Amino acid sequence: MKYDAEVRISLKKGMLNPEASTTQRALALLGYEVEGTATIKIIKFTLEEEDEKLAREEVDDMCQRLLCNPVIHDYEINITPSNL
Amino acid sequence: MKVGIIRFPGSNCDRDVFHALKIAGGEPDYVWWNQKDLSNFDAIVIPGGFSYGDYLRAGAIASITPVIDGIKEIVKEEKPVLGICNGAQILAEVGLVPGVFTNNENAKFICKQVELKVASTRTPFTSMYKKNEIINMPMAHAEGRYYNEEIEKLHDQDQIVLKFEGENPNGSMEAITGVCDETGLICAVMPHPERASEMVLGSSDGLKFFKGMVNFKS
Repeated sequence: MKYDAEVRISLKKGMLNPEASTTQRALALLGYEVEGTATIKIIKFTLEEEDEKLAREEVDDMCQRLLCNPVIHDYEINITPSNL
Repeated sequence: MKVGIIRFPGSNCDRDVFHALKIAGGEPDYVWWNQKDLSNFDAIVIPGGFSYGDYLRAGAIASITPVIDGIKEIVKEEKPVLGICNGAQILAEVGLVPGVFTNNENAKFICKQVELKVASTRTPFTSMYKKNEIINMPMAHAEGRYYNEEIEKLHDQDQIVLKFEGENPNGSMEAITGVCDETGLICAVMPHPERASEMVLGSSDGLKFFKGMVNFKS
């Protein structure tokens, strides 16, 4: 069975996000006053697994070993049956 | 002393490190990222650069290459390992030194000469300096802000090696810009000692990093 996986990687709460604060200041230059700007990285791919649970476990493993740095990141995994 | 200089696609300053090690009296040689057996080396340097284009995070992809298994063996044999700039980021990604080096506070690539304080002389690389000695070396990075949730541990175990002096250009925790593992044999520094290894470069303060390494006896 093929599954589409989506990993959303964000900085842990309280971590400084210079990319977001720079973006927020740039928006202010254009006259847009916003707050709480954050940047989130999304990595998407399709994988083959027996069931959704196993697919999730495998993607979690990928996050721990490469996609995220557990010292600074939180991540969220979305698994859906693939149309591919 | 035979010193392996690790090269990844995107490494730089590898030839500068080679030159500095020569001046310091070492026998340097280059090692490509896919070499697993490093047993003929007495020490390892991971130079700077932008390995694998800094994709995902600086050092993330280099941290899972075969040469890292070789470095883990070197570590088991209690031989010294130095990571400079991208090399420091790689050592942190592998988990051989604590914490991470992440995006600078002001989101800029900062390239300039900085004053640094040698906070610990227990590593082979800093053994020829005096504790708290102020030295001058260049920094050149966009992802060098040191962050560690367990900073107290570093104090307790004398793992803080280098600190910015006077200013804290990238917003690092406690102005830390160099750390070591618990043994002191694995050292990760963001500034570039090889770019300050001869007076013709404006400073020779960094040469003792390589002299100390070359003269290390386990």
